Amino acid sequence: MIPAAFDYTVAESADHAIQLLGEYGDEAKLLAGGHSLIPMMKYRLATPTQLIDVGRLDDLSYIRRENGHIAIGAMTKHAQLETSDVLAADCPMLQHVAALVGDPSVRHRGTLGGTLAHSDPASDLPAAVLALGGTIVAQGPNGTREIASSEFFTGYFESVLAEDEMIVEVKVPAGSAGWNYQKFNRRAQDWAIVGVAVADGGSGISLVNMGSTPIRATAAEEALAGGASIADAAALAAQDTDPPEDLNADGEYRAHLARVLTQRALEAANG
Amino acid sequence: MDVSMTVNGSTHANDVEPRTLLVHHLRDGLGLTGTNIGCDSSSCGACTVHMNGESVKSCTVLAVQADGQDITTIEGLADTARSDGSSTGDMDWHPMQEAFQQCHALQCGYCTPGMVMASVSFLKENPNPTEAQIREGLEGNLCRCTGYHNIVKAVESVAGGAS
Ligand SMILES: Cc1cc2nc3c(=O)[nH]c(=O)nc-3n(C[C@H](O)[C@H](O)[C@H](O)COP(=O)(O)OP(=O)(O)OC[C@H]3O[C@@H](n4cnc5c(N)ncnc54)[C@H](O)[C@@H]3O)c2cc1C
Ligand code: FES
Ligand code: FES
Repeated sequence: MIPAAFDYTVAESADHAIQLLGEYGDEAKLLAGGHSLIPMMKYRLATPTQLIDVGRLDDLSYIRRENGHIAIGAMTKHAQLETSDVLAADCPMLQHVAALVGDPSVRHRGTLGGTLAHSDPASDLPAAVLALGGTIVAQGPNGTREIASSEFFTGYFESVLAEDEMIVEVKVPAGSAGWNYQKFNRRAQDWAIVGVAVADGGSGISLVNMGSTPIRATAAEEALAGGASIADAAALAAQDTDPPEDLNADGEYRAHLARVLTQRALEAANG
Repeated sequence: MDVSMTVNGSTHANDVEPRTLLVHHLRDGLGLTGTNIGCDSSSCGACTVHMNGESVKSCTVLAVQADGQDITTIEGLADTARSDGSSTGDMDWHPMQEAFQQCHALQCGYCTPGMVMASVSFLKENPNPTEAQIREGLEGNLCRCTGYHNIVKAVESVAGGAS
Protein backbone atom coordinates (compact mmCIF):
# COMPACT_ATOMS: atom_id res chain seq x y z
CA MET A 1 0.00 0.00 0.00
CA ILE A 2 1.48 3.28 -1.10
CA PRO A 3 -0.10 6.66 -0.35
CA ALA A 4 -1.47 8.81 -3.18
CA ALA A 5 1.11 11.21 -4.60
CA PHE A 6 1.97 14.38 -2.67
CA ASP A 7 4.67 17.02 -2.46
CA TYR A 8 6.88 17.05 0.60
CA THR A 9 8.49 20.04 2.30
CA VAL A 10 10.63 20.05 5.42
CA ALA A 11 9.58 22.91 7.71
CA GLU A 12 12.53 24.96 8.97
CA SER A 13 10.60 26.26 11.99
CA ALA A 14 7.10 26.43 13.42
CA ASP A 15 6.69 29.84 11.73
CA HIS A 16 7.67 28.31 8.40
CA ALA A 17 5.21 25.43 8.86
CA ILE A 18 2.39 27.85 9.63
CA GLN A 19 3.27 30.02 6.65
CA LEU A 20 3.17 26.92 4.40
CA LEU A 21 -0.17 25.85 5.92
CA GLY A 22 -1.50 29.30 5.01
CA GLU A 23 -0.22 29.01 1.45
CA TYR A 24 -1.47 25.49 0.75
CA GLY A 25 -4.78 25.66 2.63
CA ASP A 26 -6.76 22.45 2.98
CA GLU A 27 -4.50 20.61 0.53
CA ALA A 28 -1.84 20.41 3.22
CA LYS A 29 -1.19 18.37 6.33
CA LEU A 30 1.54 18.54 8.91
CA LEU A 31 3.59 15.37 9.26
CA ALA A 32 4.96 14.72 12.75
CA GLY A 33 5.73 11.08 13.58
CA GLY A 34 3.47 9.91 10.76
CA HIS A 35 2.15 7.01 12.79
CA SER A 36 -1.46 8.01 12.35
CA LEU A 37 -1.19 10.01 9.14
CA ILE A 38 0.83 7.57 7.00
CA PRO A 39 -1.51 4.63 7.72
CA MET A 40 -4.49 6.89 6.91
CA MET A 41 -2.85 7.96 3.67
CA LYS A 42 -2.16 4.35 2.72
CA TYR A 43 -5.83 3.54 3.19
CA ARG A 44 -6.77 6.74 1.28
CA LEU A 45 -8.64 7.97 4.35
CA ALA A 46 -6.49 11.07 3.97
CA THR A 47 -5.19 12.35 0.65
CA PRO A 48 -3.27 15.56 1.30
CA THR A 49 -1.32 16.76 -1.73
CA GLN A 50 1.18 18.68 0.41
CA LEU A 51 2.96 17.24 3.41
CA ILE A 52 4.83 19.64 5.67
CA ASP A 53 7.32 17.72 7.78
CA VAL A 54 7.52 19.20 11.28
CA GLY A 55 8.98 16.01 12.72
CA ARG A 56 12.51 17.42 12.45
CA LEU A 57 11.81 20.50 14.59
CA ASP A 58 14.00 19.41 17.47
CA ASP A 59 13.50 22.68 19.32
CA LEU A 60 9.88 21.54 19.84
CA SER A 61 11.08 18.40 21.59
CA TYR A 62 11.50 19.04 25.34
CA ILE A 63 10.03 18.28 28.75
CA ARG A 64 10.66 20.94 31.37
CA ARG A 65 9.37 22.20 34.69
CA GLU A 66 7.88 25.66 34.70
CA ASN A 67 6.15 27.27 37.67
CA GLY A 68 3.53 24.77 38.80
CA HIS A 69 3.31 22.90 35.52
CA ILE A 70 5.30 20.85 33.07
CA ALA A 71 5.75 22.14 29.53
CA ILE A 72 6.19 19.53 26.82
CA GLY A 73 7.13 20.36 23.24
CA ALA A 74 4.71 19.10 20.60
CA MET A 75 7.37 17.02 18.85
CA THR A 76 8.27 15.10 21.99
CA LYS A 77 8.02 11.43 21.16
CA HIS A 78 6.10 8.90 23.24
CA ALA A 79 9.41 7.15 24.00
CA GLN A 80 10.79 10.37 25.47
CA LEU A 81 7.74 10.76 27.72
CA GLU A 82 8.16 7.16 28.78
CA THR A 83 11.77 7.66 29.89
CA SER A 84 11.50 11.21 31.29
CA ASP A 85 12.80 11.78 34.82
CA VAL A 86 10.85 15.03 35.02
CA LEU A 87 7.59 13.20 34.35
CA ALA A 88 8.54 10.31 36.65
CA ALA A 89 8.82 12.82 39.50
CA ASP A 90 6.15 15.36 38.62
CA CYS A 91 3.60 13.73 36.34
CA PRO A 92 3.92 9.96 36.59
CA MET A 93 0.55 9.36 34.94
CA LEU A 94 1.72 10.81 31.63
CA GLN A 95 4.87 8.73 31.73
CA HIS A 96 2.92 5.58 32.54
CA VAL A 97 0.32 6.16 29.82
CA ALA A 98 2.95 6.95 27.17
CA ALA A 99 4.51 3.54 27.82
CA LEU A 100 1.16 1.88 27.01
CA VAL A 101 0.84 3.39 23.53
CA GLY A 102 1.24 0.81 20.76
CA ASP A 103 4.66 -0.85 20.90
CA PRO A 104 8.24 0.42 21.24
CA SER A 105 8.67 1.09 17.51
CA VAL A 106 5.47 3.14 17.44
CA ARG A 107 6.67 5.05 20.50
CA HIS A 108 9.98 5.83 18.80
CA ARG A 109 8.07 7.80 16.15
CA GLY A 110 4.70 9.03 17.49
CA THR A 111 4.58 12.48 19.09
CA LEU A 112 2.45 14.07 21.82
CA GLY A 113 1.40 16.91 19.51
CA GLY A 114 0.49 14.43 16.78
CA THR A 115 -1.68 12.25 18.97
CA LEU A 116 -3.56 15.30 20.34
CA ALA A 117 -4.04 16.83 16.89
CA HIS A 118 -5.21 13.48 15.54
CA SER A 119 -8.01 13.57 18.17
CA ASP A 120 -8.81 9.89 18.10
CA PRO A 121 -11.20 9.11 20.99
CA ALA A 122 -9.54 5.68 21.25
CA SER A 123 -6.10 7.15 21.94
CA ASP A 124 -4.50 7.05 25.36
CA LEU A 125 -2.54 10.27 25.77
CA PRO A 126 -5.36 12.69 24.86
CA ALA A 127 -7.51 11.19 27.64
CA ALA A 128 -4.61 11.44 30.08
CA VAL A 129 -4.05 15.12 29.23
CA LEU A 130 -7.80 15.70 29.61
CA ALA A 131 -7.98 14.05 33.05
CA LEU A 132 -4.96 16.08 34.16
CA GLY A 133 -6.67 19.30 33.05
CA GLY A 134 -3.86 20.05 30.60
CA THR A 135 -3.60 22.94 28.18
CA ILE A 136 -2.74 22.86 24.50
CA VAL A 137 -0.68 25.71 23.10
CA ALA A 138 -1.41 26.33 19.42
CA GLN A 139 0.46 28.69 17.15
CA GLY A 140 -1.17 30.37 14.17
CA PRO A 141 -0.36 33.28 11.85
CA ASN A 142 -1.27 35.74 14.63
CA GLY A 143 0.71 34.16 17.44
CA THR A 144 -0.10 31.57 20.05
CA ARG A 145 -3.21 30.78 22.05
CA GLU A 146 -3.83 28.43 24.95
CA ILE A 147 -6.70 25.98 24.68
CA ALA A 148 -7.99 24.06 27.69
CA SER A 149 -8.02 20.35 26.94
CA SER A 150 -11.70 20.32 27.96
CA GLU A 151 -12.38 22.69 25.02
CA PHE A 152 -10.03 21.11 22.51
CA PHE A 153 -11.73 17.99 21.14
CA THR A 154 -14.86 18.47 19.03
CA GLY A 155 -15.59 15.10 17.37
CA TYR A 156 -14.08 12.03 15.74
CA PHE A 157 -10.63 13.13 14.53
CA GLU A 158 -11.69 16.77 14.98
CA SER A 159 -10.49 19.54 17.22
CA VAL A 160 -10.78 23.31 17.49
CA LEU A 161 -7.44 23.73 15.71
CA ALA A 162 -7.76 26.00 12.68
CA GLU A 163 -6.38 24.87 9.34
CA ASP A 164 -3.36 27.14 9.70
CA GLU A 165 -2.66 26.35 13.34
CA MET A 166 -0.11 24.01 14.79
CA ILE A 167 0.25 22.59 18.30
CA VAL A 168 3.59 23.74 19.65
CA GLU A 169 3.34 22.81 23.32
CA VAL A 170 1.29 20.93 25.88
CA LYS A 171 1.14 21.97 29.52
CA VAL A 172 0.10 19.69 32.35
CA PRO A 173 -0.11 20.58 36.04
CA ALA A 174 2.75 19.14 38.08
CA GLY A 175 1.59 16.66 40.65
CA SER A 176 1.68 13.02 41.49
CA ALA A 177 -1.35 12.80 43.78
CA GLY A 178 -3.61 9.75 43.39
CA TRP A 179 -3.56 8.77 39.75
CA ASN A 180 -4.31 5.63 37.78
CA TYR A 181 -4.84 4.53 34.20
CA GLN A 182 -6.81 1.48 33.18
CA LYS A 183 -6.46 0.31 29.58
CA PHE A 184 -8.63 -2.62 28.61
CA ASN A 185 -7.78 -4.41 25.40
CA ARG A 186 -7.63 -7.89 24.03
CA ARG A 187 -4.61 -7.89 21.74
CA ALA A 188 -1.00 -6.80 22.13
CA GLN A 189 -0.16 -3.25 20.91
CA ASP A 190 -3.84 -2.43 20.44
CA TRP A 191 -5.89 0.63 21.19
CA ALA A 192 -8.08 0.52 24.30
CA ILE A 193 -11.55 -0.97 23.93
CA VAL A 194 -12.25 1.32 26.86
CA GLY A 195 -9.77 3.20 29.00
CA VAL A 196 -10.08 5.30 32.14
CA ALA A 197 -7.68 7.94 33.42
CA VAL A 198 -7.93 9.20 36.98
CA ALA A 199 -5.95 12.25 38.13
CA ASP A 200 -5.70 13.96 41.48
CA GLY A 201 -7.55 11.27 43.43
CA GLY A 202 -10.59 11.49 41.17
CA SER A 203 -11.14 15.20 40.63
CA GLY A 204 -10.22 14.43 37.02
CA ILE A 205 -11.70 11.28 35.46
CA SER A 206 -11.65 10.81 31.70
CA LEU A 207 -12.78 8.04 29.41
CA VAL A 208 -11.19 6.55 26.29
CA ASN A 209 -13.40 5.27 23.47
CA MET A 210 -16.71 6.16 25.11
CA GLY A 211 -17.82 8.74 22.54
CA SER A 212 -16.63 10.78 19.61
CA THR A 213 -13.97 12.49 21.73
CA PRO A 214 -12.08 11.68 24.89
CA ILE A 215 -14.53 12.79 27.59
CA ARG A 216 -14.64 13.64 31.27
CA ALA A 217 -16.86 11.41 33.41
CA THR A 218 -18.48 14.50 34.90
CA ALA A 219 -21.24 12.75 36.84
CA ALA A 220 -18.75 10.46 38.56
CA GLU A 221 -16.39 13.35 39.30
CA GLU A 222 -19.22 15.41 40.84
CA ALA A 223 -20.54 12.52 42.91
CA LEU A 224 -17.08 11.90 44.30
CA ALA A 225 -16.58 15.57 45.10
CA GLY A 226 -19.96 15.51 46.88
CA GLY A 227 -18.80 12.71 49.16
CA ALA A 228 -20.16 9.62 47.37
CA SER A 229 -18.34 6.33 47.81
CA ILE A 230 -16.04 5.13 45.05
CA ALA A 231 -18.53 2.41 44.12
CA ASP A 232 -21.42 4.88 43.90
CA ALA A 233 -19.38 7.37 41.88
CA ALA A 234 -18.05 4.69 39.51
CA ALA A 235 -21.61 3.52 38.87
CA LEU A 236 -22.18 6.90 37.16
CA ALA A 237 -19.10 6.68 34.92
CA ALA A 238 -21.00 5.90 31.73
CA GLN A 239 -23.65 8.56 32.25
CA ASP A 240 -24.08 10.90 29.25
CA THR A 241 -21.67 8.90 27.09
CA ASP A 242 -22.29 7.67 23.57
CA PRO A 243 -19.98 4.70 23.17
CA PRO A 244 -19.21 3.41 19.68
CA GLU A 245 -20.13 -0.12 18.62
CA ASP A 246 -17.62 -2.23 16.74
CA LEU A 247 -16.20 -5.75 16.48
CA ASN A 248 -14.73 -5.49 19.95
CA ALA A 249 -17.73 -4.37 21.91
CA ASP A 250 -21.25 -3.01 21.73
CA GLY A 251 -22.29 0.11 23.59
CA GLU A 252 -23.73 -1.67 26.59
CA TYR A 253 -20.55 -3.66 27.14
CA ARG A 254 -18.45 -0.50 26.81
CA ALA A 255 -20.64 1.23 29.41
CA HIS A 256 -20.12 -1.74 31.71
CA LEU A 257 -16.35 -1.56 31.16
CA ALA A 258 -16.35 2.18 31.88
CA ARG A 259 -18.02 1.60 35.25
CA VAL A 260 -15.80 -1.33 36.24
CA LEU A 261 -12.57 0.34 35.09
CA THR A 262 -13.48 3.62 36.79
CA GLN A 263 -14.01 1.77 40.04
CA ARG A 264 -10.66 -0.01 39.68
CA ALA A 265 -8.88 3.21 38.76
CA LEU A 266 -10.39 5.15 41.66
CA GLU A 267 -9.57 2.40 44.12
CA ALA A 268 -5.98 2.22 42.89
CA ALA A 269 -5.61 6.01 42.85
CA ASN A 270 -6.85 6.24 46.42
CA GLY A 271 -5.30 3.02 47.69
CA MET B 1 13.19 14.20 -4.62
CA ASP B 2 16.85 13.66 -3.71
CA VAL B 3 17.47 11.79 -0.49
CA SER B 4 20.70 10.70 1.06
CA MET B 5 20.95 8.33 3.98
CA THR B 6 23.52 6.13 5.62
CA VAL B 7 22.48 2.51 5.29
CA ASN B 8 24.58 -0.08 7.09
CA GLY B 9 27.48 2.32 7.19
CA SER B 10 27.54 3.53 3.60
CA THR B 11 25.90 6.60 2.13
CA HIS B 12 23.24 6.17 -0.52
CA ALA B 13 21.96 9.14 -2.52
CA ASN B 14 18.89 8.50 -4.64
CA ASP B 15 15.98 10.22 -6.30
CA VAL B 16 12.71 8.97 -4.78
CA GLU B 17 9.06 9.88 -5.06
CA PRO B 18 7.96 11.48 -1.76
CA ARG B 19 5.38 8.74 -1.28
CA THR B 20 8.00 5.97 -1.38
CA LEU B 21 7.98 4.04 1.88
CA LEU B 22 11.34 3.43 3.52
CA VAL B 23 10.83 -0.33 3.25
CA HIS B 24 10.36 -0.09 -0.52
CA HIS B 25 13.36 2.16 -0.86
CA LEU B 26 15.49 -0.36 1.04
CA ARG B 27 14.18 -3.41 -0.81
CA ASP B 28 13.56 -2.15 -4.32
CA GLY B 29 15.83 0.89 -4.46
CA LEU B 30 18.86 -0.46 -2.63
CA GLY B 31 18.31 -4.20 -3.12
CA LEU B 32 18.36 -4.92 0.63
CA THR B 33 15.66 -7.58 0.66
CA GLY B 34 16.44 -8.85 4.16
CA THR B 35 13.80 -6.50 5.51
CA ASN B 36 10.44 -8.18 4.94
CA ILE B 37 6.98 -6.77 4.39
CA GLY B 38 4.28 -8.60 6.32
CA CYS B 39 1.12 -6.67 7.03
CA ASP B 40 2.05 -3.43 5.28
CA SER B 41 -0.09 -1.72 7.91
CA SER B 42 2.18 -1.01 10.91
CA SER B 43 1.05 -4.05 12.89
CA CYS B 44 3.41 -7.00 12.42
CA GLY B 45 6.94 -5.62 12.76
CA ALA B 46 8.37 -7.74 9.92
CA CYS B 47 9.73 -4.53 8.39
CA THR B 48 11.55 -3.35 11.55
CA VAL B 49 14.85 -1.56 10.94
CA HIS B 50 16.85 0.86 13.06
CA MET B 51 16.73 4.57 12.44
CA ASN B 52 19.47 6.32 14.43
CA GLY B 53 19.73 3.19 16.55
CA GLU B 54 16.03 2.90 17.41
CA SER B 55 13.59 0.33 16.05
CA VAL B 56 11.04 1.67 13.57
CA LYS B 57 8.52 0.03 11.28
CA SER B 58 9.87 0.90 7.85
CA CYS B 59 6.45 0.43 6.22
CA THR B 60 5.31 3.44 8.26
CA VAL B 61 8.24 5.75 7.57
CA LEU B 62 8.62 7.64 4.29
CA ALA B 63 12.00 7.40 2.59
CA VAL B 64 12.07 11.22 2.60
CA GLN B 65 11.71 11.18 6.40
CA ALA B 66 14.88 9.10 6.54
CA ASP B 67 16.81 11.69 4.53
CA GLY B 68 20.04 12.43 6.41
CA GLN B 69 19.42 9.65 8.93
CA ASP B 70 21.37 6.57 9.88
CA ILE B 71 19.61 3.31 8.96
CA THR B 72 20.62 -0.20 9.92
CA THR B 73 18.94 -3.24 8.39
CA ILE B 74 19.38 -6.92 9.22
CA GLU B 75 22.14 -7.04 6.57
CA GLY B 76 24.13 -4.49 8.54
CA LEU B 77 23.92 -6.19 11.88
CA ALA B 78 26.47 -8.97 11.45
CA ASP B 79 29.26 -6.63 10.34
CA THR B 80 29.01 -4.42 13.37
CA ALA B 81 28.80 -7.21 15.91
CA ARG B 82 32.30 -7.42 17.26
CA SER B 83 34.10 -4.27 18.24
CA ASP B 84 37.19 -6.32 19.16
CA GLY B 85 37.28 -7.89 15.72
CA SER B 86 36.90 -11.47 17.01
CA SER B 87 35.13 -13.88 14.74
CA THR B 88 32.75 -16.76 15.35
CA GLY B 89 33.49 -18.67 12.17
CA ASP B 90 32.25 -18.26 8.63
CA MET B 91 30.12 -15.27 9.36
CA ASP B 92 30.53 -12.68 12.06
CA TRP B 93 27.00 -12.88 13.39
CA HIS B 94 25.57 -10.42 15.86
CA PRO B 95 25.03 -12.07 19.29
CA MET B 96 21.28 -11.76 18.76
CA GLN B 97 21.49 -13.63 15.46
CA GLU B 98 23.56 -16.33 17.13
CA ALA B 99 21.07 -16.56 19.98
CA PHE B 100 18.18 -16.97 17.53
CA GLN B 101 20.07 -19.87 15.96
CA GLN B 102 21.03 -21.46 19.26
CA CYS B 103 17.56 -21.19 20.77
CA HIS B 104 15.66 -22.26 17.64
CA ALA B 105 13.88 -18.93 17.75
CA LEU B 106 12.58 -19.26 14.21
CA GLN B 107 10.67 -21.65 12.04
CA CYS B 108 9.71 -20.20 8.66
CA GLY B 109 11.95 -17.21 9.35
CA TYR B 110 9.64 -14.59 7.88
CA CYS B 111 9.38 -12.52 11.05
CA THR B 112 13.00 -13.09 12.00
CA PRO B 113 14.77 -10.04 10.53
CA GLY B 114 12.24 -7.73 12.17
CA MET B 115 12.25 -9.74 15.39
CA VAL B 116 16.05 -9.56 15.61
CA MET B 117 16.13 -5.82 14.90
CA ALA B 118 13.39 -5.14 17.46
CA SER B 119 15.18 -7.32 20.04
CA VAL B 120 18.50 -5.51 19.59
CA SER B 121 16.81 -2.12 19.96
CA PHE B 122 14.86 -3.35 22.98
CA LEU B 123 17.94 -4.64 24.82
CA LYS B 124 19.77 -1.41 24.17
CA GLU B 125 17.02 0.44 26.03
CA ASN B 126 16.44 -2.31 28.63
CA PRO B 127 19.74 -4.09 29.28
CA ASN B 128 18.44 -6.27 32.11
CA PRO B 129 14.83 -7.09 31.33
CA THR B 130 12.54 -9.56 33.03
CA GLU B 131 10.84 -12.16 30.87
CA ALA B 132 7.60 -10.18 31.06
CA GLN B 133 9.39 -7.04 29.91
CA ILE B 134 10.84 -8.91 26.92
CA ARG B 135 7.38 -10.08 25.94
CA GLU B 136 6.03 -6.55 26.19
CA GLY B 137 9.05 -5.12 24.43
CA LEU B 138 8.39 -7.37 21.45
CA GLU B 139 4.64 -6.82 21.36
CA GLY B 140 4.91 -4.99 18.06
CA ASN B 141 6.37 -8.03 16.33
CA LEU B 142 4.19 -10.94 15.34
CA CYS B 143 5.39 -14.49 14.72
CA ARG B 144 2.92 -16.95 13.31
CA CYS B 145 5.15 -20.00 13.83
CA THR B 146 7.14 -20.19 17.03
CA GLY B 147 4.69 -19.46 19.80
CA TYR B 148 7.25 -16.87 20.94
CA HIS B 149 8.84 -18.96 23.73
CA ASN B 150 12.13 -19.54 21.97
CA ILE B 151 12.31 -15.96 20.77
CA VAL B 152 11.98 -14.79 24.37
CA LYS B 153 14.64 -17.33 25.41
CA ALA B 154 17.00 -16.02 22.74
CA VAL B 155 16.61 -12.44 23.93
CA GLU B 156 17.02 -13.58 27.56
CA SER B 157 20.23 -15.41 26.71
CA VAL B 158 21.74 -12.31 25.09
CA ALA B 159 20.64 -10.13 28.00
CA GLY B 160 22.14 -12.58 30.49
CA GLY B 161 25.34 -12.81 28.50
CA ALA B 162 25.70 -9.06 28.33
CA SER B 163 25.34 -8.44 32.05
C1 LIG C 1 0.60 0.01 15.17
C2 LIG C 1 0.15 1.26 15.89
C3 LIG C 1 -0.38 1.13 17.16
C4 LIG C 1 -0.80 2.26 17.85
N1 LIG C 1 -1.33 2.10 19.09
C5 LIG C 1 -1.77 3.17 19.77
C6 LIG C 1 -2.31 3.03 21.09
O1 LIG C 1 -2.37 1.92 21.65
N2 LIG C 1 -2.75 4.14 21.71
C7 LIG C 1 -2.67 5.38 21.14
O2 LIG C 1 -3.06 6.34 21.77
N3 LIG C 1 -2.15 5.56 19.91
C8 LIG C 1 -1.70 4.48 19.22
N4 LIG C 1 -1.16 4.67 17.97
C9 LIG C 1 -1.11 6.02 17.38
C10 LIG C 1 0.22 6.69 17.72
O3 LIG C 1 0.18 7.12 19.06
C11 LIG C 1 0.46 7.91 16.80
O4 LIG C 1 1.82 8.14 16.80
C12 LIG C 1 -0.21 9.20 17.19
O5 LIG C 1 -1.58 9.02 17.24
C13 LIG C 1 0.02 10.30 16.17
O6 LIG C 1 1.23 10.95 16.40
P1 LIG C 1 2.19 11.25 15.20
O7 LIG C 1 3.25 12.13 15.73
O8 LIG C 1 2.62 9.99 14.59
O9 LIG C 1 1.26 12.11 14.23
P2 LIG C 1 1.10 12.13 12.64
O10 LIG C 1 0.64 10.81 12.18
O11 LIG C 1 2.30 12.71 12.01
O12 LIG C 1 -0.08 13.18 12.53
C14 LIG C 1 -1.39 12.88 12.96
C15 LIG C 1 -2.32 14.05 12.63
O13 LIG C 1 -2.01 15.17 13.43
C16 LIG C 1 -1.59 16.29 12.64
N5 LIG C 1 -0.49 16.88 13.38
C17 LIG C 1 0.65 16.26 13.77
N6 LIG C 1 1.39 17.07 14.54
C18 LIG C 1 0.70 18.24 14.65
C19 LIG C 1 0.93 19.46 15.35
N7 LIG C 1 2.01 19.65 16.10
N8 LIG C 1 -0.01 20.43 15.25
C20 LIG C 1 -1.13 20.24 14.52
N9 LIG C 1 -1.38 19.11 13.84
C21 LIG C 1 -0.49 18.12 13.91
C22 LIG C 1 -1.24 15.71 11.30
O14 LIG C 1 -1.42 16.66 10.28
C23 LIG C 1 -2.19 14.56 11.19
O15 LIG C 1 -3.44 14.98 10.78
C24 LIG C 1 -0.70 3.55 17.25
C25 LIG C 1 -0.16 3.67 15.97
C26 LIG C 1 0.27 2.55 15.28
C27 LIG C 1 0.84 2.73 13.92
S1 FES D 1 5.03 -4.72 7.31
FE1 FES D 1 5.52 -3.04 8.55
S2 FES D 1 4.59 -3.54 10.43
FE2 FES D 1 3.94 -5.18 9.14
S1 FES E 1 9.21 -17.91 12.28
FE1 FES E 1 7.55 -17.94 10.91
S2 FES E 1 6.59 -16.05 11.35
FE2 FES E 1 8.07 -16.16 12.90
